[in-house]
Amino acid sequence: MRRLVNIRPGRGGKVFLGAAPLALVAIGYVVASAARQAENPADKLLPPIEAMWSAWIRMSLEVDPVTGSIPLWADTVASLHRLILGLGISTGVTLAFGLVLGLLPVARATLGPLVAAIAVIPPIAVLPVLFIALGLGETAKVALIVIGITPFMVRDLASQVGAIPEEQMVKAQTLGASTWQIALRLALPQAMPKLLKGLRLSLGPAWVFLIAGEAIASDVGLGYRIFLVRRYLAMDVILPYVAWISLLAVLMGLLLSWISRKFFPWDHTRGAE
Amino acid sequence: MKDVLLSIRDVWVEYGDRIVLEKVNLEISRGSFVSIVGPSGAGKSTFLRLIIGQEAPSRGAIFLNGEPLQPEPGPDRGVVFQRYSVFPHLTALENVAFGLECSGSMFLGRLFGKRRKAALDEAAQMLARVGLSHSLNAYPSQLSGGMQQRLAIAQALVRKPRILLLDEPFGALDPGIRLDMHGLIDELWREHGLTILMVTHDIKEAFKLGDRVLAFDKRRHDPHAPHRFGSSAVYDFPLTEKNRRPPAELLALSGAEPSRAE
Ligand SMILES: Nc1ncnc2c1ncn2[C@@H]1O[C@H](COP(=O)(O)OP(=O)(O)OP(=O)(O)O)[C@@H](O)[C@H]1O
Ligand SMILES: [Mg+2]
Repeated sequence: MRRLVNIRPGRGGKVFLGAAPLALVAIGYVVASAARQAENPADKLLPPIEAMWSAWIRMSLEVDPVTGSIPLWADTVASLHRLILGLGISTGVTLAFGLVLGLLPVARATLGPLVAAIAVIPPIAVLPVLFIALGLGETAKVALIVIGITPFMVRDLASQVGAIPEEQMVKAQTLGASTWQIALRLALPQAMPKLLKGLRLSLGPAWVFLIAGEAIASDVGLGYRIFLVRRYLAMDVILPYVAWISLLAVLMGLLLSWISRKFFPWDHTRGAE
Repeated sequence: MKDVLLSIRDVWVEYGDRIVLEKVNLEISRGSFVSIVGPSGAGKSTFLRLIIGQEAPSRGAIFLNGEPLQPEPGPDRGVVFQRYSVFPHLTALENVAFGLECSGSMFLGRLFGKRRKAALDEAAQMLARVGLSHSLNAYPSQLSGGMQQRLAIAQALVRKPRILLLDEPFGALDPGIRLDMHGLIDELWREHGLTILMVTHDIKEAFKLGDRVLAFDKRRHDPHAPHRFGSSAVYDFPLTEKNRRPPAELLALSGAEPSRAE
């Protein structure tokens, strides 16, 4: 009898094994939904697939007479705008601070404790502060994302840059590289794929902070919509929105890995790392 | 009168109360190939780090070409380590051109146009010299261990260092590949008139390649506080073409490993 740790599924097996739980969840949902509908046709908790589909069509194709725009797209554009702005700012800050902290012992001694202190503050707890200081507009929501993910990303990148082998640093210096040249030609390119990895890991938290910000004060956005229709127990809208958000998150993750493979092939060759 | 390139005067290295090197006095002449052997922990790498400038001696002084050594790595001293001495994000060609680009462009560390082409040509020649002309555009992770060390050597030589420091450069290679590398490093030493300091665990390798062999070990032992005595060069053999056999006393040196190559 082979040990369980040595049994690896083949290609087809993997697809089957991966699809089975998803199918089970879907079937379970359909059955449970049908059972509740049979008992009470007005049940809102587990809407049937058809109801979700018609809600989805309504949200994604019909213009809302109040706002004059199609809700799903208006929400998606607004949310992605905030998210990408937040991710972009975080990435820029991370690159600058991560490189400096990772490369320069002096900077590490000066800023390390500050970054560590900021990192332990729960971001949601400062959300009221942001709303008070920055108003209820876009700035506070973007700031929440930035504050939420940047400390982790900075510390992650700094430790990755700090982990560049001493041998490489010495070698670069024996080839005449200055601190600036080491930063630019050694640390920066080696940091980029790590930065993308950190960004990918931060996508989940970034969405959480985005939706939290939108839920509390907003008039458009995916998170705003979910929390708005919650008042009417509109699960037929909420569930497709959740699926849509998940799809967007997955696509962004895939895009980031694609960028990493495309532009930093050396980080993905056999034997790298 | 010997032409002294490197002189080490009364050098000590201490970490806290642990003495690693004590009272090392050595003169290394220009154009020599010095092999350094000794048991593990004898401070061979520490000695090399001093000369690279990675750390400064706690006492004593080191002179390169008559001037006090800068306590910082610089282009006059090339290095090859056992591992990690090439840049994983650059192709072989870019790895070698790196040194030329750094000296040619202060701000960007990159050359463009004609100057870039000249640098790449020079790098390609260097790579051809070490036998890597077929792998110019490969990344290090795509090269075998031996090819990576060839690359590291080419990269170190392109800035024409006065002195080449090798810390167990062939330690991770197969015996056959090692033999090829011995041929290569010997030829490069003669062609470029290099001064080489090479740390190795392989006594036969030390005697085959070097024209002088230094053995680092403790002169004195205190069984109750072994860390209170440091190592220094306890044997110093000048070699001619005739006496290339390791003496029995050295083979018996505590911890010295039997040769694996050949
Ligand atoms: N930064 C440091 N702090 C404290 N002790 C150190 C430090 N660096 C080296 N040592 C000690 O110095 C001694 C010599 O180390 P070194 O690496 O120079 O030995 P080595 O001769 O190169 O050994 P090996 O053959 O195993 O490479 C070791 O006992 C090591 O623990
Ligand atoms: Mg060593």
